[in-house]
Amino acid sequence: MGYIITGMALKNLFSKPVTKRYPHEPIVYTERTRGHVYNDMEKCIICSICEKACPAGALGVDKEARTWTIDRFSCVQCGACVRSCPPKAQSLIMKPEYAPVATKMTSEVFTKPEDSLED
Amino acid sequence: MAERTVIPFGPHHPVLPEPIHLDLVIEDEKVVEAIPQIGFIHRGLEKLVEKRDYKSYVYITERICGICAFGHSLGYSETIEALMEIEVPPRALGLRVVWHELSRVHSHLLWLGLLADAFGFENLFMQCWRLRERVLDIFERTTGGRVILSACNVGGVNHDIADDELKGIVEVLEGMMREYKVLCKTFLKDKSVASRLRGVGILTKEEAEGFGVVGPFARASGIAEDIRMFGYGGYGFLESFEPVVSDECDGYGRCKVRADEVFQSINIIKEIVQKMPSGEVMIKVKGSPAAGSRAVMRFEQPRGECFYYAKGNGTKFLERFRIRTPTFMNVAGMAHTLQGCDLADVPLNILTIDPCISCAER
Repeated sequence: MGYIITGMALKNLFSKPVTKRYPHEPIVYTERTRGHVYNDMEKCIICSICEKACPAGALGVDKEARTWTIDRFSCVQCGACVRSCPPKAQSLIMKPEYAPVATKMTSEVFTKPEDSLED
Repeated sequence: MAERTVIPFGPHHPVLPEPIHLDLVIEDEKVVEAIPQIGFIHRGLEKLVEKRDYKSYVYITERICGICAFGHSLGYSETIEALMEIEVPPRALGLRVVWHELSRVHSHLLWLGLLADAFGFENLFMQCWRLRERVLDIFERTTGGRVILSACNVGGVNHDIADDELKGIVEVLEGMMREYKVLCKTFLKDKSVASRLRGVGILTKEEAEGFGVVGPFARASGIAEDIRMFGYGGYGFLESFEPVVSDECDGYGRCKVRADEVFQSINIIKEIVQKMPSGEVMIKVKGSPAAGSRAVMRFEQPRGECFYYAKGNGTKFLERFRIRTPTFMNVAGMAHTLQGCDLADVPLNILTIDPCISCAER
């Protein structure tokens, strides 16, 4: 029985590693991989549906100040906000890409530009 | 008569991924009694139903445990669907079974790897986890997450899997099965593995019934009990279902049951993919659970039967939500199997029930 494992070990000696040599080989993300949440403020209609849908309470929408706030430390990247974003806006996306490590516990605030289309 | 001493075991121990504490009463090298103590990672998730509405809570149930993440979101969703009398599209039911069985494959491969690691077979451990990686890749491709899937929701599933991709999944699993068969031979026929597992942690059928143990732990003691055989949800599409049972009653039996269940799960996925109904995968859910409505659901998680109870109060928050997880049932049986075993067998013995303390404490 030991021969099976020995055979495997010998095969492994002459085959490519199963793991990726990460920093040298880039990671290939799939289309559906959930990553950082981004909001296209040009398209956003400040409806605050995403704020209600967020189970972690990471999002904040201020209709008066026309801002959209995300607390990256609270976000659990479940994608509930992306799915709740109304069809006429579709401003929220999740980008599966490497994001720099957050070092400060602050919220990121985005303001809707004044000259964008009115909702 | 030798003097009795108490050795504390855990909450931190190399074989334990999660904290459980045992007071082992030792006489010479034999364990006379094991007193378990849990409560190190209680997070009060059941209480959170009062703070999160029933649609958001599905993301919390997913985070109860990393390995049964899909199983818990499935259990919660189907309980709420029963509570609100929602009819889920049949394709969603089929897809749920595919993901649920995939998570069983990944859970059992993880456990087999941990078992191999516990008796010092490093190579086997790595081979098991190498195979498991393919299941995680399928998860990432189809749902976007490797562990926390966020795929199941009240009213259906969030993502559809195209028919071509379903066939691709079956192909991957068939390729995996060929390699897995070789590993299975090592687990079930190798002398060194058998000498470590045979006769360790014996729990007879009568004792298993008495302690009410569930899942592979019970099936390894000869109890033919698997909730999937009642055909809940998408399991109704299956022609027949026979639980995997072993009469060995020891660690080897538990290893055998789990090893065979991987084949069973792959066969279930194959059958479901063939019979996959077409149509939509999600329906819009409106309204809230009615006041005083109650629902009970039983599910077969990788570790055994899981029980869900929900009660509505007319608002979007639930009145009460309760989960009784398989490990919660199995801890008593585990403490019994420890009685009379060698001190050196204790870590392996605890591992054979596949403890998931995060689940048990919620």
